[in-house]
Amino acid sequence: MDITIPLLILAIPLFMFIFLGLLGGKMTHKLAGTLGTLGMGVTLVLAYMTAFTYFFSGSADFITEAGDRLQYLVFNHTWLAFTKSLVIKLGFILDPISAMMLVVITTISFMVHLYSLGYMRDHHGVYERGFQRFYAFLSLFSFSMLGLVVATNIFQMYIFWELVGASSYLLIGFYYTKPSAVSASKKAFIVTRFADLGFLIGILILSYYTGTFDFTQLTSVPVEGLNDVYRVSTETADSIRNIFQNSAAPVFLGGSVLTWALVLIFMGGMGKSAMLPLHIWLPDAMEGPTPVSALIHAATMVVAGVYLVARLFPLYLMEECALEIITVVGALTAFYAAMVACTQIDIKRVLAFSTISQIAFMMVSLGVARPEIHEGLGYMASMFHLFTHAMFKALLFLGAGALIHAIGSNDYTAMHGLRKYMPVTHWTFLIGCLAIAGIIPFSGFFSKDEILSACAGYDWLAYAWMSMVAGLTAFYMFRLYYLIFWWKEHKIPEGHHAPHDQPWTMSLPLIILAAVSCVAGFIPFGKLVSWNGEPYDFMAHFDWSVAGVSLTVAVLAILLATVMYRKENSLPEKFRQAVPALWRWCFHRFYWDELYMFITHKIIFNGVCRPIAWFDRHIIDGTMDSFAAITNKASELIRPLQSGQIQYYVWVYLIGALLLGVITALCLI
Amino acid sequence: MFSNILIYFVVIPLLMLAGIALCRNIRQIRAVAVVGSVALIALSVYLLVEYLGLRAAGETAPMLYTGSWQWFGPLNINLAVGVDGISIAMLLLSSIIVFAGSFASWTIAQPKEFFLWLILLSTGVFGFFISIDLFTMFMFYEVALIPMYLLIGVWGSGNKNYSAMKLTLMLMGGSAFLMLGLIGIYYHSAPEGGTLTWNILEIAENASIDRGWQYFLFPMTFVGFGVLGAMFPFHTWSPDGHASAPTAVSMLHAGVLMKLGGYGCFRVAIFLMPEAANELAWIFLILTGISVVYGAFSACVQTDLKYINAYSSVSHCGLVLFAILMLNTTAMTGAIMQMLSHGLMTALFFALIGMIYGRTHTRDIRQMGGLMRIMPYLAVCYVIAGMASLGLPGLSGFVAEMTIFVGSFEQGMTDYLAGAGSLRLVFTIIACCSIVITAVYILRVVGKLLFGPVQDKHHLELTDATWWERLSTATLIICVAGIGCFPNFFNNLINFTFSPEIFKVLGLN
Repeated sequence: MDITIPLLILAIPLFMFIFLGLLGGKMTHKLAGTLGTLGMGVTLVLAYMTAFTYFFSGSADFITEAGDRLQYLVFNHTWLAFTKSLVIKLGFILDPISAMMLVVITTISFMVHLYSLGYMRDHHGVYERGFQRFYAFLSLFSFSMLGLVVATNIFQMYIFWELVGASSYLLIGFYYTKPSAVSASKKAFIVTRFADLGFLIGILILSYYTGTFDFTQLTSVPVEGLNDVYRVSTETADSIRNIFQNSAAPVFLGGSVLTWALVLIFMGGMGKSAMLPLHIWLPDAMEGPTPVSALIHAATMVVAGVYLVARLFPLYLMEECALEIITVVGALTAFYAAMVACTQIDIKRVLAFSTISQIAFMMVSLGVARPEIHEGLGYMASMFHLFTHAMFKALLFLGAGALIHAIGSNDYTAMHGLRKYMPVTHWTFLIGCLAIAGIIPFSGFFSKDEILSACAGYDWLAYAWMSMVAGLTAFYMFRLYYLIFWWKEHKIPEGHHAPHDQPWTMSLPLIILAAVSCVAGFIPFGKLVSWNGEPYDFMAHFDWSVAGVSLTVAVLAILLATVMYRKENSLPEKFRQAVPALWRWCFHRFYWDELYMFITHKIIFNGVCRPIAWFDRHIIDGTMDSFAAITNKASELIRPLQSGQIQYYVWVYLIGALLLGVITALCLI
Repeated sequence: MFSNILIYFVVIPLLMLAGIALCRNIRQIRAVAVVGSVALIALSVYLLVEYLGLRAAGETAPMLYTGSWQWFGPLNINLAVGVDGISIAMLLLSSIIVFAGSFASWTIAQPKEFFLWLILLSTGVFGFFISIDLFTMFMFYEVALIPMYLLIGVWGSGNKNYSAMKLTLMLMGGSAFLMLGLIGIYYHSAPEGGTLTWNILEIAENASIDRGWQYFLFPMTFVGFGVLGAMFPFHTWSPDGHASAPTAVSMLHAGVLMKLGGYGCFRVAIFLMPEAANELAWIFLILTGISVVYGAFSACVQTDLKYINAYSSVSHCGLVLFAILMLNTTAMTGAIMQMLSHGLMTALFFALIGMIYGRTHTRDIRQMGGLMRIMPYLAVCYVIAGMASLGLPGLSGFVAEMTIFVGSFEQGMTDYLAGAGSLRLVFTIIACCSIVITAVYILRVVGKLLFGPVQDKHHLELTDATWWERLSTATLIICVAGIGCFPNFFNNLINFTFSPEIFKVLGLN
């Protein structure tokens, strides 16, 4: 395959970043925005071409005659060679999941670029301060995210992993004069950095034993007769497990070294994908502009953790224990986030917790995926849900952005009754809600249902648990929907015009994403993506009893939400008073933030940093100073000997002579 | 003598000194400084290209461009010069920082005296890096240290007399150890009955220092250079010294002078006494490992910008010495990369702090805020420097740190699996933790200083960078990004010295 197009996919966003970053200030807002959007548009076309070629061209590099999809290294250049075998390369891998991610990222990114042309202006059409900077950062993010998904080795992934973290930092803190935005960006960076520490150590362990960073050497076997073509297989993973078992590596705290490496790598994923207990940064990250939340904190960056696990899936298969940890973490997170989402009043926070919960679905799905259970349905379901979720969650966020733009507040108690004023937003938002709630035939139904099927095949408890969370999802989404669009509208103050729908640059992305959310469920996803590349017919594993149950749960939950929230009534208040403690804990997000505050401020800052700084100034430096002081004191003591008084010298001379005489005399005797 | 290219690294600064002495006004001084430092950069780039050409042609001698001229016959003291990839990297770093430093002191008071001392200092630095004779090396080392006293004492700020005195005395204390160590090496430099020599290559070739003496001489030289490398617990000159020093001096000191420490530890202590280095490494691994996290934790609570950076330097330079002590090719390569990276980004930091201080007249982060809106250029540069410091890929800090961590971890695991104790492994993991702590203190400063609301209304009238300030910072940023984007070039440049044929230490493990 020609490398020009894949290279351009990475190069154009990078170039746009440098170009807009350096020269953005010199151009008009409109030009900068248009250029950024055009650049992303071209990238979108190229990415679609690449994905299309990969999936449908039928080239022997991409697919075997039996229809198995292969991994193809488009290019792979040495970037930094530590030793002969440990080499960081920068490359471009084409396989089902990377091709799918290219489509997801460029689609959402382009929508967000387009949408922001309208969003980042006020009602009088005046552009926001730093509009060019915004587009530069968006390009930087797109570049980093694309680089992450096409990584050919785990270190390249780590590099871009850090870069997406940094661009997320810059974009969350876009309104840098707002203290809350600054502290949110700082929090996001530091929490994910902490998780990356685990990721890094995991990479170090894994690479020490296997002697490589390359995914193709960790998870795949080369296809004979073709260059740069690999087939995903557990054979390599199996031999890697043998390396670990045969080496003198001890069992550490009850886990084998391989388990530890994989769990530590997963820790990196927990940070980026906001899994419990490293989720605390994501709700705060909503301080960023809403299009950013849609792009980074809903559709792309936050699923990087899922992508990482999927990338190393054959290795995880070797360690049952690591997969179980992923399942448990995911299940707890999904439930926790769904509970919290039921009580929040900030529209973006609800969506943020919903995102956490949905990513946890994908994690659980990977955690329960086994080749022997429905031929690895969980893996495919996870990727499918990643795809559909990216579309409908971006839709919901962009819809929320339109509302916030119209109302000027994140608080949905300030909204109410907007369906009359903003029909486009209303209908698209409703589609998003139906999709996430899992109502047939919207896309969420299919992907979520497959996850539930995979859970059902794994363990009844996982299935019941996740079905309950699916019910909660439907409930809180419709609570949100009713509170925004129904109820009695607020009176419009004199002199203010009524809220209204947005310009086409904002509406068009909403409509496109809504259309995709309606039909994405019918994509024969199993034919395109599966854990080992074999085409997969999920209808063969489709279970109407599972689907029926989940559909019933979702409908019941929506009905409950309708009863409680369609009109202003006393039911929610009664419910709240019935379980005050539970409600309070949910509302305060189970006090995780307070706990972290306590640890970081009280223990680390006041208990470690301050004492160390004090110790340095007073003990270490004090010792050094006291050397100087002692020297001073000593010289003060002997200084009188050099007083310059001749009489004193004579005295000393005489006494000295006398003493010497006495000593000599004594010795002679 | 003058046919050897290396001599010009000392000749050019000396000519600059003469030129500055003849100058009558600040314009002429600036012209001399700029022309001289450009010439130095050109010379080091030329040397780099030539060197790579020679290596590509299959030159395998440990050092190239060697030359030796007798200076004091009875003690066999020579002006002996020679370079390998590491020294060339250091020469390049020094010339870039002298260049950036000249622009950063564009409007200094009493320019003539200032530049005289500054250039004298750089003469010492260049001389140090090209020397392979222990005695001349030590002489240049002292030439680089002494001007510091005057530069801080006269042009400094705050508690400058105390700081200048403290810095000089502590470094002199280090020199005392060092002198003892070097003389000891000299007296054990020849196998039975041969001529004693100060020449590093000859000593390494003879490998004659017996083990008993190595146990004494290694700590002497390592501590001697370690003081300048800000090794815990001999680092306390650094925060006070940097806080009081004028901008260009801080840049040169943190950017280049502290590298003399790391370079010396490697070139003298470890290169000449490998057995002792291998066996005594654990003591210094503990100390440097502590430096790494200790410096980072201390930086978290400081409120003075220069103190924050000085402690951050303790942490980063600790990582240099830490990696050198791993005695592992990858880690040692990382150590040299970290020297380059830290040199450039700390110089950048101190340049920016100087520029901000020159405008706001305070370095207390509690009294500043929202500078991004007031001086966007400087603020963006500060963010880039911060990102380099916390190890963002694409900038130099990342590649250096990752090379160190990969190498150290490899060595740690090897030791551990061979039953040689888990010290290296444990300290590697502790050192890795510094990436999180670094992020904390860097983002704390960035958030407080550059973002948020403007703290002081008077700051609203301040201006952004002038052209010479832009030039100074842009040069450094380009270099930081250059290393970060094309690390393999530097990796290959440095790596050669660590090949087992030359670097016999590695064969020990």
